[in-house]
Amino acid sequence: MARITAGVAASHVPAIGAAIDRDQVGTEYWKPLFDGFGWTRDWMSEQRPDVVILVYNDHATEFSLDLIPTFAIGCAESFAPADEGFGARPVPVVQGHPALAWHLAESLILDEFDMTILNKLGVDHGLTVPMSLMFGQPETWPVKVIPVLVNAVQYPPPTGNRCWALGEAIARAVASFDEDLNVQIWGTGGMSHQLQGPRAGLINTPFDIAFLDRLTSDPHALRKIPHLEYLREAGSEGIELVMWLIMRGALGPGVKELHRHYHVPASNTAVGHIVLAVEP
Amino acid sequence: MSGDPGLYDIPGTTVFTGVQTRKGYHLNQFCMSLRLAANRVRFLADERAYLDEWPMTEAQKQAVLTRDWNAALAEGGNIYFLAKIFATDGTSFPEAASLMTGVSVADYTAMMLAGGRSPEGQRSIKEGR
Repeated sequence: MARITAGVAASHVPAIGAAIDRDQVGTEYWKPLFDGFGWTRDWMSEQRPDVVILVYNDHATEFSLDLIPTFAIGCAESFAPADEGFGARPVPVVQGHPALAWHLAESLILDEFDMTILNKLGVDHGLTVPMSLMFGQPETWPVKVIPVLVNAVQYPPPTGNRCWALGEAIARAVASFDEDLNVQIWGTGGMSHQLQGPRAGLINTPFDIAFLDRLTSDPHALRKIPHLEYLREAGSEGIELVMWLIMRGALGPGVKELHRHYHVPASNTAVGHIVLAVEP
Repeated sequence: MSGDPGLYDIPGTTVFTGVQTRKGYHLNQFCMSLRLAANRVRFLADERAYLDEWPMTEAQKQAVLTRDWNAALAEGGNIYFLAKIFATDGTSFPEAASLMTGVSVADYTAMMLAGGRSPEGQRSIKEGR
């Protein structure tokens, strides 16, 4: 049977992708950020997951204001890196896992999560930057990916509680897939950041550290954070953190923190990263 | 207004509610068109003519032409859509942020390197915290 073995969270700043693509990872500005992912790269090469369920938000790349799905799932064979306005990132095409993706879509809808199904999807930095952080610059990505997209552009995004419950439903669906697969779930976006207006540049390190701590110490409290609190405390774009709760909800009650990294800044953003293993 | 009045109580912040989407639909869809390289070339060659193809308000067009990002936000622009203009211009996010925050790029970058803008006093206009 397929099983979720671990959860990974990481921010997904476009400038991180640009730094990788332009060979700037060793510079004074970027080195402290990338150093925090070395542990995870080694761990990934030992873990060798078959499939990553990668939770992210599209940033006006695939979805304009014509169509704004709250939750969507990529069921295609593959997903090409998209041109976000500065050319597509020079990274490999992302290979999907349509059999598991369709099983998830069908299971989730019957489990009362009304997913939008995507048979064609160009993926932006929200998906490709975490891939680069975890796997570097390979010729082909070493895992198959099922993109799960969450609206974080149009207010309101889904609540943290709803995201958690979706994570639980994803775990049930994975567990009922009759193929022996090592599956990870990644939550991306955040941590505190604001890109817009006179308050741009807001960073709230105490909020972020408490969020990281509570993923293991008091995860159910995170489900209750209202949107207004994210907006006030973590910045208008920090509300992306609700996506981490899909990851956390999917891991079940017992988790162990294996690794964490926190760094300010990457461009305008506080970068958070955590690796959680499922404890049976 | 839509939703929680608290959404309008955060200093220097425009939450992208349905009200903003209704106001900014054409502005944001224009921005979205810049995802295509051919459109970026055409826009830069004659910005006014390109903007005139869109049913945008004059205030929206002026906000784009003058790269007044705070005005564009007030007119219904969303930062992720406006970022298509940054990308077309080759403007970095910190450069755009320096314009929105009214400080130099050097000062803005220094603020970020020093840990970013503190939330103290930046949470609520009404409550002054």
